[in-house]
Amino acid sequence: MRTVFLWIAIALAWVAWNSRSVVAPANDPGVAAFARLPVLSDGRLKPLDTVARNGLLIMHGKQSLQLEDGRQIDADRWLADVVFRPSVADEYPLFTIHHPDVLGLFGWEQADRKFFRFSELIPFLQKIDTQGQQADAVESARRTPYQTAIRNLRNALIVYQRLKSSLRPENSLGFAKEIERFERVLPAGMEAIAHREAKQPFDEDSFSAFIGLAANFRNMAGMASLLPIPPRPGTPESEWEAMGTSILDAISRRGIPKATLAYARAGDAWQDANAEVFCTEIASLAAELAAQQPSATRRAGFETDFNHLAPFYQAMGLYVLAFLLVCGSWLGVGRTASNTVSPLATAAFWILVLAFVIHTFGLGARMFLQGRPPVTNLYSSAVFIGWATVLIGLFMERIFRDGIGSVCAATVGFITLIIAHHLAGSGDTLEMLQAVLDTNIWLATHVVTITIGYSAMFLAGTLATIHTLRGCFGGGLSEEARRSLTRMTYGVVCFATLFSFVGTVLGGIWADQSWGRFWGWDPKENGALLIVLWCALILHARWGGFLRERGLILMALFGNIITSFSWFGVNMLGVGLHSYGFMNKALPWLGAFILSQLALMALAWWRLPPLGHSTASEGRPRG
Amino acid sequence: MREFWHRVVNVLASLRLTLVCLSLTMVLVFVGTLAQVSSSIHDVQARYFESLIVWWPLPGGGGSVPVFPGGHLLIGVLLLNLIAAHAQRFRWEWKKLGIHLIHGGLIILLAGGLLTDFFSVESFMKFAPGVTRDFSESQQEIELAVTDSSASELDTVTTIAGSRLRRGGEIAAPSFPFRILVRDYFANSRVQMLAQAGPGAMPAADHGIGANVAVLRVAQATAPNERNVPSAIIEVRDDAGKSHGTWLVTDQLGAPQDVRMDGKSYRLEMRPTQYYKPFSLTLTKFTHDRYPGTEIPKNFASSAVLTDPERSENREVLITMNHPLRYRGHTFFQSGFDQKISILQVVQNPAFLAPYIACVIVGLGLLVQFSSHFFAFLQRSKATRSAP
Repeated sequence: MRTVFLWIAIALAWVAWNSRSVVAPANDPGVAAFARLPVLSDGRLKPLDTVARNGLLIMHGKQSLQLEDGRQIDADRWLADVVFRPSVADEYPLFTIHHPDVLGLFGWEQADRKFFRFSELIPFLQKIDTQGQQADAVESARRTPYQTAIRNLRNALIVYQRLKSSLRPENSLGFAKEIERFERVLPAGMEAIAHREAKQPFDEDSFSAFIGLAANFRNMAGMASLLPIPPRPGTPESEWEAMGTSILDAISRRGIPKATLAYARAGDAWQDANAEVFCTEIASLAAELAAQQPSATRRAGFETDFNHLAPFYQAMGLYVLAFLLVCGSWLGVGRTASNTVSPLATAAFWILVLAFVIHTFGLGARMFLQGRPPVTNLYSSAVFIGWATVLIGLFMERIFRDGIGSVCAATVGFITLIIAHHLAGSGDTLEMLQAVLDTNIWLATHVVTITIGYSAMFLAGTLATIHTLRGCFGGGLSEEARRSLTRMTYGVVCFATLFSFVGTVLGGIWADQSWGRFWGWDPKENGALLIVLWCALILHARWGGFLRERGLILMALFGNIITSFSWFGVNMLGVGLHSYGFMNKALPWLGAFILSQLALMALAWWRLPPLGHSTASEGRPRG
Repeated sequence: MREFWHRVVNVLASLRLTLVCLSLTMVLVFVGTLAQVSSSIHDVQARYFESLIVWWPLPGGGGSVPVFPGGHLLIGVLLLNLIAAHAQRFRWEWKKLGIHLIHGGLIILLAGGLLTDFFSVESFMKFAPGVTRDFSESQQEIELAVTDSSASELDTVTTIAGSRLRRGGEIAAPSFPFRILVRDYFANSRVQMLAQAGPGAMPAADHGIGANVAVLRVAQATAPNERNVPSAIIEVRDDAGKSHGTWLVTDQLGAPQDVRMDGKSYRLEMRPTQYYKPFSLTLTKFTHDRYPGTEIPKNFASSAVLTDPERSENREVLITMNHPLRYRGHTFFQSGFDQKISILQVVQNPAFLAPYIACVIVGLGLLVQFSSHFFAFLQRSKATRSAP
C-alpha cells in the first residue's frame, strides 16, 4: 500500500510543481497583468498571452525565446517588446529558417544557426514578399518544400509586422504625447480642412500637423492585427476597435477612450524601460477593461491560466509515468506472495485517473472558451481521441484488472497528445469555424461519434500490438491473458463498429442538410466508410469462423493503418470538401506509422500460433 | 434445374460472398479516393462508383478493358446477398432482434443509395437580388434551345439534349420548320476570335458568330473546379434537304443567334439544361457575414419570396448554410455566392428520407446487439471470478 501512495504522491507533486506559475507568476506583475488583457484578434476574443504564444509558435516554433547571450525570455515579455519596443525586438533571433534554398535566396550559406533577426531580414523583405506571393498562388498540395518554406516565412513576417503596429506606432518617441497633440490640433485642423475644401484661405500649419498625425494613426489602424479597445456603449458587442481607429474617432467628436490612453502611456513606459509606471498603467488599464467588459476580461484571465497550466502537457507526463509503472508490474516488480495485483499496477491506475481528470479539465476548458462541442479541428480531434481512448481503457482496466487497459490508455493518451502538440504549431487552436461548420448540433453528434469510432479503432490496434509484443517476447502470454486480450479486442471492434457506422451516417445526414447530398464519395467520407467496411469485414469473418486469434490480431493491426489513413491521410490528398483540416507536414510520420504496423503484422504472422485457442463460437449467431 | 437454382441461392446467400463484396468495396473506395487527386470528383463518381464495371483505357487509344466491379454492381450484389441471406435463414427470435434491425436498416440504406443515384436530379439556381427564377440549371448537362418568339404572348421553346447532339445525325421537330444536322460536336472546347487564333485558323461556321471565330477541341476538364465548355457546329437544312448554312452553338457565348426560315425568326442558344418548376423564387436579399476583423466566412443567407400559384403559396423564406428550404420535392441549399449573386443548389431526391430512417434502425440494432453481448460477457466474467 505504501508503494501505491508513494507513486501517487510523486505524481501529485509533479502536477503541483507544473502549476506553480498560476499562483506565483514567473514574470514581474506588470507583464503578468499585461498578458491577461483581452483583445479581439482573428475574430476571437483572447488574452494577449495567447496572442504571444501563437505568434511565437508561428515565427519561432516554440513558446519561449532563447537570446544569443543565453537569456531565456517568455512569450509575454517578448510580445511586450514587439508591440512597445520594436527596436529591441527586431534584434531577437526569432525567425526560423531551415530551408537551404531560402537561405540561398539571401546569398547566405547553410548557416550554423537556424534563428534569424528581423533586422537581418530587412534588406530582403521585398524579395520574400514576391517569392512568397508566387508560392501562395500554388495549391497547397502541389507546393514544393521551398515554396512552403518561403510562404511560411512571408506569413510569419506579416504577423510580426502587423503586431508591431497594433498597439503603438513603430517609431513613436512618445505616443501619449502624440495623442494629446492630435486632440489639440484637431479643432484647428478640421477648420483648416473645411476652409481648404471651400477654397478659402486656411492655416497651413494646423492643416499639415493634423494631416500628418491622422495619416500616421490611419496607417496604424490599417496594419493592426489586434483590436484592443472594447466597443463603445451602444455599439454591437463584436465591434472592438484598433488603437488607430479609436484615436481617429475623436474627429467625429466621440472622444478618445480611456483604454487607448492607458495603452499609450503603458507603451511609453515600456519603451523607457520604466517597469514601475508600466505596472501602474497596466493595472489601471486592466481595471478599466474589467469595468467595461467584465465577462471578456474573466474569460481572458481564465484562458491565460489555462495556457499556464498546460493541462495536456501535464497529462502527457502522467501517461508516461503510468505506462512505465504497468510495464514494471508486468516484469514482476513489487509483486509478493500476498498480493495478486502488483502495487505498481494499482498506482498506475490511479495516476491514469488523475491524468484523465486533468485531460478532461483541458477538454472542458477548451469547450468553455470556444463555446463549442469538443472537436472542431484536427488538433482537437487528436485531444478528443486520446480522451475517449483513456476513458474506455480505464473501464477495461476496472473489468479485467490485468494492466492491459491501463497500458492502452497510457499509450494512446500520450501519442495523441504528442500529435496534438505538433498540430498546434500552425497557430490558434481555438480558431473560428467556417460557415459550414457553424452548427453545434452536428459538431456535437457526427464529429464526436466519428471521433469516438477512431478512438476505438486505435484502441483495438493497441490491444493487438500488446498481444503481438507480449506474445513474441518475454516468455509469451498465458492462456488466460491471451483469451482476455482476444475478447477485449473483439469487444472494442464491436464498439468501433457502432460508433463509426452511426458517425458516418450522421455525417451523411449533415451533408444532406448543408450540401444537398447524403453521400458524395468525398475523400473524408470515403475514409470513414473504409473504417465501417473494415469493421463489418472483421465481424462477419469472425462470425463465419474464418477468423481465429491471429487473424483477428492481424486485422486489428491493419485497422490502425486504415484509421490513420482516414484521420490524417485523406487530408494530405489536398482535395475534397472537408478542406478545413488540410495539412501535409505529417506525411513522413504517417508513412513511418504505417510501416511500423506492417512490421508488427509480419511479426504476428511469423511468431504467433495461427489458431490460438478456438473462440470462433463466441458471439457467433447460432443456427 | 431446381438443383441449379438451389445452388445459385446458396451462393447468393453465403457469408463468403459478403466477405468478398466487402473486401472488393474497400479496394474500390480506396482507389476511388486516390483517383480524386488527378480527376474531378464528377469523373471519379461516374467511373468508379456509379458504374457496373470499372474500365481501364488501353494505352494508345485501343479501347478499354474491364478491370474491376464498379460501385453499382457491388452495392447491388451486397443488397441481393443481404436479402437472400435473410430470406433463406430468417427465423424470428428475440435474440436476433439486433441482427435483423441492422440488416433491415442496411437494406433501406443501400436501396435508398441506388434510388438516389438513378433518380435524383441536382441543379443550381443563380440569381441576384430582385430576380425571379422558376427554373434551375444543370452544372454538367447542356441543351440546345430553339425558340420561336413569333407569337405575341408565349414563346415556343424546343430543347435538344446535349446527349442527342453528341450522337450526331439529323434532328427534326414539329415546332420548327427545318432540320438540324450536327456536323461536329466538342465535349470541351475553346472559342477564339479568328484574329487571335493564329495563321491558318478556319472560321467555325459560315453564319452567325461562327463566321468570326475558330473553335478548338480541348481535353475534357479534370480539375475539381473546371467545367467543360461543349460546342457544336450545326447545319440548318430545309425539308427539301437544301442547306441554309452552318452555325456554331456553344456554351461559352451568351448571345443567342437567329436563324430565318419561311419568313420567321428562330433563336438558337446552347445553354445549361434548365429544369422548370411549378413555382418561383424571388431573391430579396443576400447576406454574407464574416467574423469581425477577418476574412473567415461566418454565414451566408438568402431571403427570398416563394410564389406558387397552384397551391396559393406566397411567403417569405430564409435559406442559410445548414438550413435548406424543402418544398414540393425540391430542396434548396445555400451553396455559395459570386459577388452579389446567390447560388442555391437544388436537389430533387425521392429517396432522401432513406438514410434518416436507416440510421435510426441500424444504430438501434447495433446497440441492441452489442449491449446484449456485453452484458452476457459481464455476467460470465462475474461468474468465473466468484467461482474459485
